[in-house]
Amino acid sequence: MRFGTISLVLAVGLMAIGLLFPWMKTIGILGLCYGLAALGVSLPARSGQVSFGHAMFACVAAYAVAFTAKALPQLDGLMLIVWSVVLSTAFSAVLGLFMVRYRGIFFGMLNLAVSMVIVALLGKLYSLTGGSDGIRVDRPTFFGFVTERSEFETLLLGFTLLVSLGCGWFYQRFIHSASGEALSGLKTNETRLEYLGLSAHKVLWVGYVISGFFLSLSGAIFALAQGLVTPDMGSWMRSGEFVFIMILGGASHALGAFVGAGIFEVVKLAASAYMAGVWQLLLGITLLVVIVVAPEGIIGAFNKKKENKGEQA
Amino acid sequence: MNLDTLLLGIADGVSYASLLFLMSLGLTLIFGVLGVLNIAHGSLYAFGGYTAASITSFVMRHDLASTPVLFVVLLVAAVVVGVVMGLLLEVCLLRYFQNKDPVLQLLVTFAAFVMFEDLQKLIWGTSPYSAGELVMRLGTIEVFNVTYTTYQVVVIPCIALISYLGLNFFLKKTSLGKQTVAITHHREVATALGINAKKIATLVFVLGAVFGALGGALAVPVSSLSPGIGAEMIVVSFTVVATAGLGQITGALITSLMIGLARSMAVYMAPEFEVAMPYIIMLGVLLVRPNGLFTVAQARRI
Repeated sequence: MRFGTISLVLAVGLMAIGLLFPWMKTIGILGLCYGLAALGVSLPARSGQVSFGHAMFACVAAYAVAFTAKALPQLDGLMLIVWSVVLSTAFSAVLGLFMVRYRGIFFGMLNLAVSMVIVALLGKLYSLTGGSDGIRVDRPTFFGFVTERSEFETLLLGFTLLVSLGCGWFYQRFIHSASGEALSGLKTNETRLEYLGLSAHKVLWVGYVISGFFLSLSGAIFALAQGLVTPDMGSWMRSGEFVFIMILGGASHALGAFVGAGIFEVVKLAASAYMAGVWQLLLGITLLVVIVVAPEGIIGAFNKKKENKGEQA
Repeated sequence: MNLDTLLLGIADGVSYASLLFLMSLGLTLIFGVLGVLNIAHGSLYAFGGYTAASITSFVMRHDLASTPVLFVVLLVAAVVVGVVMGLLLEVCLLRYFQNKDPVLQLLVTFAAFVMFEDLQKLIWGTSPYSAGELVMRLGTIEVFNVTYTTYQVVVIPCIALISYLGLNFFLKKTSLGKQTVAITHHREVATALGINAKKIATLVFVLGAVFGALGGALAVPVSSLSPGIGAEMIVVSFTVVATAGLGQITGALITSLMIGLARSMAVYMAPEFEVAMPYIIMLGVLLVRPNGLFTVAQARRI
């Protein structure tokens, strides 16, 4: 419950920062998108399966937004998001049917392979996709409002915050539900899970589709916020960053993914302001420090502290 | 597509496959012993290449560039980079995560990779590097009326083949090699039998690192290096390793050839699919054989 309250406070805080410093709005939205994506990646990771290709769902959703916006310029931004998320989640549901048969490295590599095929084709089919330059997404109406750039960003930030809170709440409900616990059980011992009468494939598939849904949301909002979609959005490096953020923040609570994304953005900002060109170096060091000091992530470390205090009292 | 372009495609494919094989060889060897897919292996390729290019241009500037020297420079660059970076990675980093969750281990190599990526930009900048002198010196060779560069159709494949045979000899005929194989089978039992697993892990890691750097160094004379090359090569060699089956050395050789040839054929027949080719092959293989082409059945441990 405490993390829930903290999440609400942080959300209000971020909205206030966005209103006070308009240049922070885009950064806030993109950070939340990273958080949503890391939240998605953490679901298969709970079952011990780490994907190095999940960014493809964000990429597919983003391109769905771009193509649809081009074909139907008068369509509202909200409808764009809903439609592309439905499409991309359906894609993850189909792909998931195959992926759930694989474990460990093969799960990771197969996801990576599919994402690389998608990225390669997006980059090469120039006449259709604009190649590596990507496609511009013009600012649509949002909730029926015709907006200026600044107003649009405010609306989008508010919307993204609500979506993030909703997803975080859903994530908490899910991981403590029977399906969610079974997903963690897959990591502990798959054979025992099957002996209990649960289908490991089905358990993982549910996790996979929900994770695809989170990533699709992240990609669709990202496309609108940035106004540009590129094949890079699906590259394995991007997937790696999502896993990175998840480990950074910790997966024991939904808040972890967003805290991780926040740190990621702050390191990126600080590096680009003071030490341009070495932000990956800083990020690598940050990750190593977190893995050594708090292998459960930042949220995990907080949790442990709380438990220790409880024991002493 | 006529016969000449087919032959040209095969030559291109074999040369690319040889580089890919050297890279995958290191990766699969390290996986066998340490049980971690080393993402930082891509940096070894890049650093090997950049170092070779730098030493080559240094040698050229000082008029020391006889053909053998140019060739030895490549090997020296690979060994130096492999030993230095291999030791750095294993002794200073991976060793401390040996008993941690495999996901964390993978992430540690990812962290090392992104750090090396920036380091590489700091040292060599972002402009492309290449060193074509050696290829020109070695001239061309004519097979079936098609002219190739000797370097690409003779030198690179020969080095790959020598590496393959040498490693096989090492693993099968020498005591140290047999101890290595024992560790890949079961680290705990091997340790209990008195094998110094720690020492061998370091040795094998350095050996694998040298192979990775060698791939990069040999690539420099025929291609140009730019930032991002490490990321590109590491994913393709992941594909090779996973398609072949983890830890399969002969499998890696055959898979590299398959992917190399498929890729160069795609250049002529369907250029849009060139980059996607390795992954399409991998998807096809893993759908039919979920643990890779050459994996032997393993006893299930419950």
